[in-house]
Amino acid sequence: MIPNIPLSYFFVVGTLMFFIGVFGFLTRRNLITILMSVELILNSVNINFVAVNRYLFPDNMHGHFFTIFIIAIAASEAAVAIAIILNIYRKFKTINVENVSEMKY
Amino acid sequence: MDFTYTILIPLIPLFSFLIIGFLHNKLSNTVASGIGITALTASFVMSYYTAYKYFFTTEKIDGAYQKIIGYNTVWLQFTENLHIDMGTLIDPISVMMLVVVSTVSLMVHIYSTGYMKGEDGFNRFYSFLSLFSFSMFGLVVSTNIFQMYVFWELVGVSSFLLIGYYYDKPSAVAASKKAFIVTRFADMFFLIGILTVGYITDTYDFLALTDPSGSAIAQGGGILFMGMSTMTWALILIFMGGAGKSAMMPFHIWLPDAMEGPTPVSALIHAATMVVAGVYLVARLFPVYSISAPDALEVVAYVGAISSLFAAIVATTQFDIKRVLAFSTMSQIGYMITALGVSGMHGHEGVGYMASMFHLFTHAMFKALLFLGAGAVIHAVHSNLMNEMGGLRKYLPVTHITFLIATLTIAGVPPLSGFFSKDEILVAAFHHDKFIFFIQLFVAGLTAFYMFRLYFRVFWNKEPHYHHTPHDAPMSMKFPLMFLAMFSFVAGFLPFNEWITVDGKAIEIHTEWVVAIPATLFGLIGIAIAMVMYKKETAIPDKISAAFGKFYKWTFNKFYFDEIYMFVTHKIIFNIVSKSVAWFDRNVVDATMDGIGHVTEKSAEMIKGLQSGQIQKYGFVFISGAIIIAIAFILNLFY
Repeated sequence: MIPNIPLSYFFVVGTLMFFIGVFGFLTRRNLITILMSVELILNSVNINFVAVNRYLFPDNMHGHFFTIFIIAIAASEAAVAIAIILNIYRKFKTINVENVSEMKY
Repeated sequence: MDFTYTILIPLIPLFSFLIIGFLHNKLSNTVASGIGITALTASFVMSYYTAYKYFFTTEKIDGAYQKIIGYNTVWLQFTENLHIDMGTLIDPISVMMLVVVSTVSLMVHIYSTGYMKGEDGFNRFYSFLSLFSFSMFGLVVSTNIFQMYVFWELVGVSSFLLIGYYYDKPSAVAASKKAFIVTRFADMFFLIGILTVGYITDTYDFLALTDPSGSAIAQGGGILFMGMSTMTWALILIFMGGAGKSAMMPFHIWLPDAMEGPTPVSALIHAATMVVAGVYLVARLFPVYSISAPDALEVVAYVGAISSLFAAIVATTQFDIKRVLAFSTMSQIGYMITALGVSGMHGHEGVGYMASMFHLFTHAMFKALLFLGAGAVIHAVHSNLMNEMGGLRKYLPVTHITFLIATLTIAGVPPLSGFFSKDEILVAAFHHDKFIFFIQLFVAGLTAFYMFRLYFRVFWNKEPHYHHTPHDAPMSMKFPLMFLAMFSFVAGFLPFNEWITVDGKAIEIHTEWVVAIPATLFGLIGIAIAMVMYKKETAIPDKISAAFGKFYKWTFNKFYFDEIYMFVTHKIIFNIVSKSVAWFDRNVVDATMDGIGHVTEKSAEMIKGLQSGQIQKYGFVFISGAIIIAIAFILNLFY
């Protein structure tokens, strides 16, 4: 147990990670970095889930379930995303999102 | 008496039209004309059988021929009362018209096998002839005004198609358009008239409408409008439709131009059948005219008289033989219309009606003969102009004899049929209105003059230099000529006074010498003058035309009617009305629509950048929105 760390610290870390992820998602042009930002957002949520579960409802396991669930989803999502990115690279020789504009109006 | 089979008379040519029309690329010329002639022969036989059956074996009631509905079916049912029927009405005039139409049409079908031989679109020609025959049969047997109107437009369209038969010739195209537009313009008044009559009398059915003791006539003319009853106005409007088809003034301008069509077409449509549709229409509604609106009948009489005089004067100066015949047709139709206008209902007063139908019958025969004869002449010398003809009696003996018979007939020389029918008309005019009588008498003289001018110029006079010797027409063309010439002889002896009267009862007629002698005399004088002037080449015609000076020039240019129409349509209607309407359309209606499109396009251009296709931009907007909403919630802005 780490009783010295208050719950709000976890929230601060989670919020920071979330906004760093959002910032990265909005500003990065490289598809891999965007994917990483998305992972960051997912993990910030995971931290919140786990922390809240541990501090407020120690008898329940719902938060843990969700976290594990999200990790699994994130893994498969990463697999699909990387497959797409690879294909985009093969076709366009770049993974910069601004250059991939074939379908635009 | 069962007349159900009469529905086949129009239907058989319709089938022939469909067969030839759909297969006109596949059929050989012989087969196509064979189908047309066979179909018409069937209609011809049935028409004559109907005439025989109607006039000889159907029993009269109270000494009068009855009107019989042979066949009737509801075609369009709008409401309980308003429905348009299709069917056949068998009465003296429709039977007479069936005979006229089938005879002339069959003769023209036969004649055209020779005349149109080797033309492009020979099969097309035959399919249109069948279409026309179908429409005309349908018109004459109409049971109600709407059926008549439908077929009225159908004959108009067939006439349009056949005038424009040589569609690569600009003058033919212009003529066909002119014919269609002018008659269509007149038909607009016809339609208004029909609707008005329907509104007043509550019926479109001819039987109910023309029954002298029926409710339609009994209720009178309706309210007054501008000094005349509504019924009078309606009947004048209907007559305007008739005047358009029958080339009465001022709607006559299309008829001379319609001569651009092939000559057999002129014989069939523009001499014998379609152009008398107006006469037939007035005759069909005659009891209504006579009882409900005598004023309208007065208009009819004067329009007819003036048209006949006008046309006869113009005909004396024309050089195109078909145009002379066209004006002559107009003049003779004027006679028929006048005869209706001066007629009464019963007994001897009804002689005008009988005379009109009689003249319609004889005129159809001899004018078709004249046109077919003119066709044979044109066929031989390849020109329409009299100047390029002359001395043809040696080369075209059969055409010469038959043409002479027809010319004598139209000039009213006894005992040919034209004498009898014209005499009856003059008698009717004599007893009704002396002024009209004198016009008609003068026109009779003019008719004889211009017809013999034509005859002498073509068959006598000086012989021009022919590129190759003219030769007489083939048998297929001679036969109709001889057949119709035979008709011109015997038609005068048919007892029309027993067969065709307003009320179906026979009327007594006797030769009135006070009319017959001057009429014949005028005719003979006309012939004599023409003989002096044109039998040999003389300088007299030029001297006379020079003496008339301006008047001759006016007449030669048909009193500038075409120019007046051109002025009214182009200068006034097109320039003033159409141009301002077009300006309004372009600058107001169109501009509004363009403006709406323009605004949409510009605004789309402006917001197009938002649709970048980049998820990151969308995500930015989405997250900004989410944050704003979150802040709003936090600050309790929604409460």
